[in-house]
Amino acid sequence: MSAKAEALGGVEESKLSPQFHVAHHFDKADTQFDAGRMGVWLFLVTEILLFGGLFCAFAIFRSKYFPSFVEAHHHLDRVMGGINTIVLISSSFTMALAVRSAQKNEKKKTTILLAITLACAAMFLVVKYFEYSHKIHDGLLPGGNFTAADFASGHPGIFFAIYFMMTGIHGVHVVIGMGLILWILLRNQKNEFSSRYYAPVENVGLYWHLVDLVWIYLFPLLYLVG
Amino acid sequence: MANTATVDELGHSPEVRGKNYLNQTAGVWSWLTTVDHKRIGIMYLVSVLVGFGLGGIFALLVRLELLTAKKTIMDASQYNQAFTLHGAAMVFLFIIPSIPASLGNFFLPLMIGAKDVAFPRLNLLSLYLYWIGAIFMLAAIVTGGVDTGWTFYVPYASGVSTTSVISATFGVFVMGFSSILTGLNFIVTLHKLRAPGMSWYRMPLFLWSLYATSIIQVLATPVLGITLLLLIFERAFHIGIFDPTLGGDPVLFQHFFWFYSHPAVYIMILPGMGVATEILATNARRRVFGYKAIAFSSVAIALVSFLVWGHHMFVSGQSELSSAIFSFLTFFVAIPSGVKMFNWLGTLWGGSIRFTVPMLYGIAFLFLFAIGGLTGLFLGMLSVDLHLHDTYFVVAHFHYVMMGSTAIAFFGGLHHWWPKMTGKMYDEKLARVGFALTFIGFNWTFFTQFILGTRGMPRRYYNYLDQFQPLHAFSTYGSWVLGTGFLITFICLARSLKTGAPAPADPWGGATLEWKTASPPITENFEKAPIVTLDAYERPAEETA
Ligand code: HEM
Ligand SMILES: [Cu+2]
Repeated sequence: MSAKAEALGGVEESKLSPQFHVAHHFDKADTQFDAGRMGVWLFLVTEILLFGGLFCAFAIFRSKYFPSFVEAHHHLDRVMGGINTIVLISSSFTMALAVRSAQKNEKKKTTILLAITLACAAMFLVVKYFEYSHKIHDGLLPGGNFTAADFASGHPGIFFAIYFMMTGIHGVHVVIGMGLILWILLRNQKNEFSSRYYAPVENVGLYWHLVDLVWIYLFPLLYLVG
Repeated sequence: MANTATVDELGHSPEVRGKNYLNQTAGVWSWLTTVDHKRIGIMYLVSVLVGFGLGGIFALLVRLELLTAKKTIMDASQYNQAFTLHGAAMVFLFIIPSIPASLGNFFLPLMIGAKDVAFPRLNLLSLYLYWIGAIFMLAAIVTGGVDTGWTFYVPYASGVSTTSVISATFGVFVMGFSSILTGLNFIVTLHKLRAPGMSWYRMPLFLWSLYATSIIQVLATPVLGITLLLLIFERAFHIGIFDPTLGGDPVLFQHFFWFYSHPAVYIMILPGMGVATEILATNARRRVFGYKAIAFSSVAIALVSFLVWGHHMFVSGQSELSSAIFSFLTFFVAIPSGVKMFNWLGTLWGGSIRFTVPMLYGIAFLFLFAIGGLTGLFLGMLSVDLHLHDTYFVVAHFHYVMMGSTAIAFFGGLHHWWPKMTGKMYDEKLARVGFALTFIGFNWTFFTQFILGTRGMPRRYYNYLDQFQPLHAFSTYGSWVLGTGFLITFICLARSLKTGAPAPADPWGGATLEWKTASPPITENFEKAPIVTLDAYERPAEETA
């Protein structure tokens, strides 16, 4: 084996896409992949903690204003939320398939799968847009801006504060995710990935699964149990 | 001792001889776009020193106001702004990033024999985020100041205050990302980039302390992030989560805030402990006593620090049972700190000590940290805290920890590694004068405040009863001595850049890897990746006990 191949983790250079190179401070390609993967996992931990604060707030206020939370959650649209759940789970699935196809050098398939993922994400945002406009129209806004009159229990504004914060921050994550998926898609078009080098696809995939996962907790919590 | 090692003796090839990370490329642009961890470390160093200067100016103004019992130079609202900006600048601009981002960035890769951190571009991004956050904070100062205290307690910060709270808190939010990314980068670097032979137990203890710090940065800062975001939204849109008039809960803010900020206290102190360990080990010329105990106690502190936040809230209306539990847990943190103290003294015991300038700072650290730590135990005790809460006793305590311990360790580390970073030696005599004035001025200023506190002087007041006047004036005189000490230190270091003698590779006879490369190091740190065959702090032919 040539010294160069050894540095690349035992893979002959010809098997790698031409754009790929090991950064100067890593001893071999595998170390670089592992480092990237570890970095992404750590980053996802910080994301979970960020949402964790909001989940805490939800738990506390739910026990404090239980009747108001139950009443308020009936104003969320379960059908729209349900559709979005299905859309997002599908996109997570196509993302996982995209990682696999990138791994297997199936460039065209990867592109198609990434495009479907992107379309699902866009659809999610469209549904969200309709949901938000209904809420705003009905005056179901957070805290001090809450104007809906027909509420029997006190402090429904807090439920909507948490609803908008959680789904809003989640929505920002969806938008960022779309940017990342687009970036991966374009790089895939330029033949940058191969069976040996698909780390960016994998890492964006991990991020996208987190976005999906957070929603899978949000949906039952906000829409179903209140 | 290899006191006269030249670049050539280190075996550098002709191509790199005379080249180093400072002169490899020139121009501002080459610095702003660099991915070299050493240059990034230097830029952080300059930035945190500016932050320290800013906080220091406000500190002197605050002390000046307290010289007399009635109005001296400012009115009540200006006073509130002055101590808020002092506290916020010192905490967020200076002490949290100080050691990890500057000395850590520079030395972590060198000490494990790596060429760089794992994600060099992310590292540069962290620096930019720090700058962006700092700009928002400075914007807050010029657009109306902030008067909430550095803790931004609600409902004052969310509704009542008329100052630029959003700009300041957004700045802190952005700086939080910077802190997270640096911690993440360090963790991955330590896991993946250690040189062959550099096992975990061969790492210098400074790196263990940075590892523990990084864990806290990654696990606690996101909670601060969401807290500040909620605060910003509360202020902008009245979302009601913290606002009691809308049914929200201001104590929830305190829980969230201290869940971050108590561990953050260890983001501040752990790196200081690590720097002190390097200084003591190098100048006692001895292997560190109880290596593993120091290493593990760092990690233990990091983990326990997440369980004790409630001791900041003994008087905020949480249940007595939770207060008692938090009080108990707080004492628990003292154990690993005590273990470290014991090991440092054990390292000095029987070492052949040299009183270099860094060593003076190292010993001062031990002394001041002992006082800061013990007075912390007073405050952790529920019954005593009820009496001392929000008095100058607290002010004195946290200054002994933050400034007396961490900032002193930071300046010790700066002197320790200055020759390595800049390639210049500083004037020892002048540095000693700077140290002496700092040390005397510090105790003069802050020991006085313990006495003020036990006599009942509350904090955050700019007018006070006449009976406190003599002690306040005395403390203010001390702050002038302290300020002079720092001024001399800065002059001494700045002068060395122009007139200092060239530094040898290893001026103190250090045993860790960073001394095995040129001063200043070449761009890729070592020409050949080092292979480590010795234990931490072991010298080739061990002469000492
Ligand atoms: C030049 C040395 C310093 C002097 C003379 C000084 C003086 C003061 C004074 C008089 C206060 C107001 C106390 C009150 O009324 O509550 C204060 C608060 C504070 N100081 Fe310092 N200080 C110095 C250095 C530092 C350093 C190095 C740090 C941290 C790294 C620091 C962190 C703080 C914090 C966090 C507060 C609380 C601010 C608040 O209440 O919001 N100080 N300092
Ligand atoms: Cu604490």
